Amino acid sequence: MTLTAIIFAGILTYLTRMTMIALISRDMLGDKIKAVLEYVPSAVFPAIIFPGIFINDFGTFIEMNDPKIFGALVAVIVGYFSKNIIATISAGLVSYWFLIFVVFN
Amino acid sequence: MLTKKQLFTRGMLDISPHMLSVIPFGIICGAIGVELGFHPYLVYAMSFIIFGGASQIVFLQLLSGGASSLVAVASVGIINSRHLLYGAVLSEYLEKLSFFKKLLISYIVVDQGFAESNKFFKKNRSEEFLHYHLIGTGCTMWVCWQIATLSGIVLGSFVPEELGLKFAIPLTFIAIVVQDLKKLDHVIVMITCGLSSLLFFDAPFKSYIIISPIIALFVAALLLRLKK
Repeated sequence: MTLTAIIFAGILTYLTRMTMIALISRDMLGDKIKAVLEYVPSAVFPAIIFPGIFINDFGTFIEMNDPKIFGALVAVIVGYFSKNIIATISAGLVSYWFLIFVVFN
Repeated sequence: MLTKKQLFTRGMLDISPHMLSVIPFGIICGAIGVELGFHPYLVYAMSFIIFGGASQIVFLQLLSGGASSLVAVASVGIINSRHLLYGAVLSEYLEKLSFFKKLLISYIVVDQGFAESNKFFKKNRSEEFLHYHLIGTGCTMWVCWQIATLSGIVLGSFVPEELGLKFAIPLTFIAIVVQDLKKLDHVIVMITCGLSSLLFFDAPFKSYIIISPIIALFVAALLLRLKK
């Protein structure tokens, strides 16, 4: 039963991946749409970033002094100047850990 | 001209830093599935059949919370509908591939792979075998995801929960978009998307994940019109 649901979820997910790549040719999209599509990364990823920072495991807003906000700010600054993915992730995590294990402990 | 092998390797290298967040997240995903009481084979089957990080956790949480299969399946479909946008962007670079190859390559399109390959494609449009970069990012992600979720399933949550490693996921995406903060139009689009995602967070079926990009792309279209 659960396996059937997993298979359906898998087919649906595959369709979301395949549809635009295999069934739509680029000529079907006009220049205006192509120009808007340039913004896809900026228009999609904050929907993963913001809730990941500002909403906790219970689906409610965090306090304004939550360590995650500080960690995210550090990650943005380090990422902006270092242009390095590992540095960005580590800086965010380490500053977050510093707050929860050292400062708030 | 880079060879297929060079492009594949480049793709692997470009996505590998993200494994710093993907691997702990995969372990957590596998461990949560077993903790929620699902059969280990089913939890693993999801990594193979769905192959979509957060959507796998949501699926299991909904089912274990008593939601119907239909609701769980619909939620996975909606969460993963963002791939339609990735596909629309990538289609330009994959146009020359045969229909069969397009069907195969579609399976391995993931967030981080799309992000890194798209960056590479924009700078190297003239390369003949561009899609090998996408195969490199996708395969790396696939192998790491399978190993990570499997280890979570077999070993349980050996990653201490106190470390809060789920926080590495927003960080990995910060690393992806942070350079676009130099461009004001992108900043506006990002803030629109981010605020919308908080505003619509409680919308049914986790639909905030596709509602907010649509709003943000609408704002992007308005900005393009203003620029002219």
